[in-house]
Amino acid sequence: MINYIIRRLLYMIPLLLGVNLITFVLFFVVNSPDDMARMHLGQKYVTEEAVSKWKSERGYDLPLFWNDEQEGIEKVEETIFFEKSVGLFFLNFGRSDNGRDIAADIGQRMWPSLAIALPSLIVGLLVNISFALLMVFFRASRLALWGVTLCVALMSISGLFYIIGGQFLVGKLLMLVPISGYDTGLAAIKFLILPVLIGVVGGIGSGARWYRTLFLEEIEKDYVRTARAKGLSETRVLFTHVLQNAMIPILTGVVVILPLLFMGSLLTESFFSIPGLGSYTIDAINMQDFAIVRSMVFLGSLLYIFGLLLTDISYTLVDPRVRLS
Amino acid sequence: MIKRILLAMGLGVTVLLAACSGEPLNNPYSGENQSAGETLYNSFSERPKHLDPARAYSSNEYAIIGQIYEPPLQYHYLKRPYQLESLSAKELPVVRYMDKRGKELPKEAAEELIAWSEYEISITPGTQFQPHPAFARSNSGKLLYHKLSAEQLEPISQLSDFEEAGSRELIAEDFVYQIKRLVSPLTHSPISELMKQHILGLSDFEKATAKRYQQWLKESGKKHFFDLRQGEIAGVKVIDRYHYRIRIRGKYPQFIYWLAMPFFAPMAWEADSFYAQQGLIDKNITLDWYPVGTGPYLLAENNPNRRMILERNPLFHDAAYPLEGEPGDKEKGLLNDAGKKLPFIDRVVYILEKESIPYWSKFLQGYYDASGVSSDSFDQAIEFSGEGEVGLTPAMMDKGIQLQTAVTTSIYYMGFNMLDPVVGGSTERARKLRQAIGIAVDFEEYISIFLNGRGVASQGILPPGIFGNEEGSEGINHYLYDWLNNQPKRKNLEVAKRLLVEAGYPNGRARETGKPLALYFDATSSGPDDKARLNWYRKQFAKLGIQLVIRATDYNRFQSKIRNGNAQIFMWGWNADYPDPENFFFLLYGQNGKVSNGGENATNYQNSEFDRLFEQMRNGENGPERLSQIRQLQEIIRRDSPWLFGFHPKAFSLYHDWYKNLKTNLMANNRLKYQRIDSEFRNKKREEWNSPVFWPIVLIVLLLLLVFIPVWYIYRKKEQETAL
Repeated sequence: MINYIIRRLLYMIPLLLGVNLITFVLFFVVNSPDDMARMHLGQKYVTEEAVSKWKSERGYDLPLFWNDEQEGIEKVEETIFFEKSVGLFFLNFGRSDNGRDIAADIGQRMWPSLAIALPSLIVGLLVNISFALLMVFFRASRLALWGVTLCVALMSISGLFYIIGGQFLVGKLLMLVPISGYDTGLAAIKFLILPVLIGVVGGIGSGARWYRTLFLEEIEKDYVRTARAKGLSETRVLFTHVLQNAMIPILTGVVVILPLLFMGSLLTESFFSIPGLGSYTIDAINMQDFAIVRSMVFLGSLLYIFGLLLTDISYTLVDPRVRLS
Repeated sequence: MIKRILLAMGLGVTVLLAACSGEPLNNPYSGENQSAGETLYNSFSERPKHLDPARAYSSNEYAIIGQIYEPPLQYHYLKRPYQLESLSAKELPVVRYMDKRGKELPKEAAEELIAWSEYEISITPGTQFQPHPAFARSNSGKLLYHKLSAEQLEPISQLSDFEEAGSRELIAEDFVYQIKRLVSPLTHSPISELMKQHILGLSDFEKATAKRYQQWLKESGKKHFFDLRQGEIAGVKVIDRYHYRIRIRGKYPQFIYWLAMPFFAPMAWEADSFYAQQGLIDKNITLDWYPVGTGPYLLAENNPNRRMILERNPLFHDAAYPLEGEPGDKEKGLLNDAGKKLPFIDRVVYILEKESIPYWSKFLQGYYDASGVSSDSFDQAIEFSGEGEVGLTPAMMDKGIQLQTAVTTSIYYMGFNMLDPVVGGSTERARKLRQAIGIAVDFEEYISIFLNGRGVASQGILPPGIFGNEEGSEGINHYLYDWLNNQPKRKNLEVAKRLLVEAGYPNGRARETGKPLALYFDATSSGPDDKARLNWYRKQFAKLGIQLVIRATDYNRFQSKIRNGNAQIFMWGWNADYPDPENFFFLLYGQNGKVSNGGENATNYQNSEFDRLFEQMRNGENGPERLSQIRQLQEIIRRDSPWLFGFHPKAFSLYHDWYKNLKTNLMANNRLKYQRIDSEFRNKKREEWNSPVFWPIVLIVLLLLLVFIPVWYIYRKKEQETAL
């Protein structure tokens, strides 16, 4: 297993290099260093001199990939790509083009994102799995049909509607919680209730249907028939045997997103004014801040790869038949 | 079940919190220190890029630093037209004109005789900087935090973590230091190039400093503070502790307006030195994020990811509310606080609020004190009377909300690239084509469709409130409008068609070739919302049979097209830096051509007569002579039509009843110190408007229980049934 993990970690290097290269190319196809400088320097009285000064201070006056003016290895080293990419592999994100320390910003913004994402995930999982098991329990009955219909209806509604509708109903009409905002420590709870509730309700439709499909597949298997033949109650069959055996596909979906949880959600955080990471990348793209964009894409890829690795490892925990080699 | 438990838990917690505080459940500020005095709640949707007065240049940045930094001058809060008065200066400086030999010239001296203009500025003794660790000194007088060790830095994560804070008196040196910062290689001030043209010796100082900086980099490896106190600017001199002098090349009377902008606010070298420490930079503690000023407020918390808090500066000097305003101010209660000590508000909280819908709801609940009017909430807030007058809806009036409207000192225009062979140039043909288009593009309709009536169609380049803007029949653009029934009326489309025939395009087809005239409109398109707008432009041109081809592109490409002169027709705008006609007419001055000189003349308009008149007008005193020059300038550009003077947007702002001393002032950046909040009344209203409604929750729980009973019944039945 250790060999397997080391091998997977080594695979990460070319993958991350590729992701970094693609981000770099895509970003610089759309924005030239000149454009970035103009964006940062503002609208009025921007001169060529100011643009060159800005570029030179931030190292954007170098060639993109290949520096003809240098000798030997410096032909590669003295380029924007090299200078801006190497640090990332040591998790040194550097400073944004606005001068702020990116790692400090990420460190500060990840917690509010996590404060929403984690309860939403846990409560969502519990609700969705329970609801799916109930639909399976009542399968082939009117209740199950209504359950599926409800799920389809919930799935058909846009996420934005849940947010605006939720804010309107709970925050504005019933006036039970603040419409938006955030605070630290325990005071954050009242701000988290509504976004978490909306996150859970909004996810029931697709989540419960997905788990229902998984459970239905399991329920026809031989071991289930054996369990029933032993005289176990249907509840026991479902909540112990079926649930345990359906863990692998559930884990595939859940563990992989665990490391990405703190990356936040753009819509929820925007509407609820949660100071999380959700809009960090989008804001950076709008501000043409390449330093942040590359750091966030790199971090996202790294965490995703890490999540996949975690998923593989978790398989061995829930299914003794799985061996990593 | 779990959902219900969650709901119950959630409600439990909120009820508990509310029970503890005795406040509405939806109060987003209940955790805050409510006893901190009068607090104003404001918001920001995008974090300000810069708070360094040498770099900041956007309105959202000025909203913060305008309250912290005090430049020598400010705009009178109440008087109109806008008037400058002293702020950190003792009085308004009087300009002196000098000839080449340094001999003073009379005020009316010819411009070519003036070698430089001199501004001598006196500052009031005794003004203190805000308390700040940069000024903290030990008993022996040594600065405490200017050489921070790793151990000292360890517990610091924000500025308030420093235990000691000090202050010192504001001196003339601080103003001169800031002027040096405008051209420092470390600062990147947006006005450095502009000021180098005007301030004597600034350019030489920049060159010498850049050289010294390179040397310093090599020697110190950026380990110490790059001290700008070394070196002198020939035209900027400290006379004594409380006096300094600025010399301006030739005559440039508009310079006095720059003295009212944060670019010229004083900066203590100690602040620059303190923030230059790498250990603090690594913790995002920089001058660009933590300002150090002498103003009524200091930035107590700066978390641009969440909120920023301004608190009253305990060392703020004596300042009083104006004793006089313009006629009518007294009746509006704007002079109730005349002569009282400023500021009135103790604390201002700016909260990150990205979306307009939650912002609007919170404003209506009383949790924000002021709001703009977004298109989402326009119909809910504003209604037009039968006579077309703007007013509030009854719902808003019931809440005691006040509306203030003001035509902004900005202009949005449709520009023709004058270098373009079809629409550009100064031939009669091209001029008539542009005039014909000018009649066809109905900006009154645009304002009504896309701005909910929030704008005024422009008759010339100057917005209302700027010297030279004329109301009535005198001030209309008679190439495009007639004066009918005491108001301007856009000329009939037939006139436009006739002009088009004279331009050689009968029915929108070129007379020589018979081919339809196709023009190109360059625009930045940010999404489906822009589609309606672009279609509207197309329809305006179609009225004359002209095909308008939309070339939508991203912002970068659009900018580059304008810079290279590759655009044909485009929309562009300008917001005044200061209330002087020069700040608008210079946008059409030949030497400011975008393509030729990288200036602000985006249409690359060049007319020697206009340029000559502009040179005469720009440095003149406001008076009959200048007005006559402005009239001539307006006439030239109305005839040549390098722009279709689109519209001046109208700002609509809503304020709650408890927000006092409000008067729209588009020029002043430091309005907060004059404003007042009646927080007792606000608390009462908040409670009145926000009593929670519980019965729907009870109803939902009951309904769920009702559903649960048959489910439980079926479950039991299913559990008990046998296989056979």
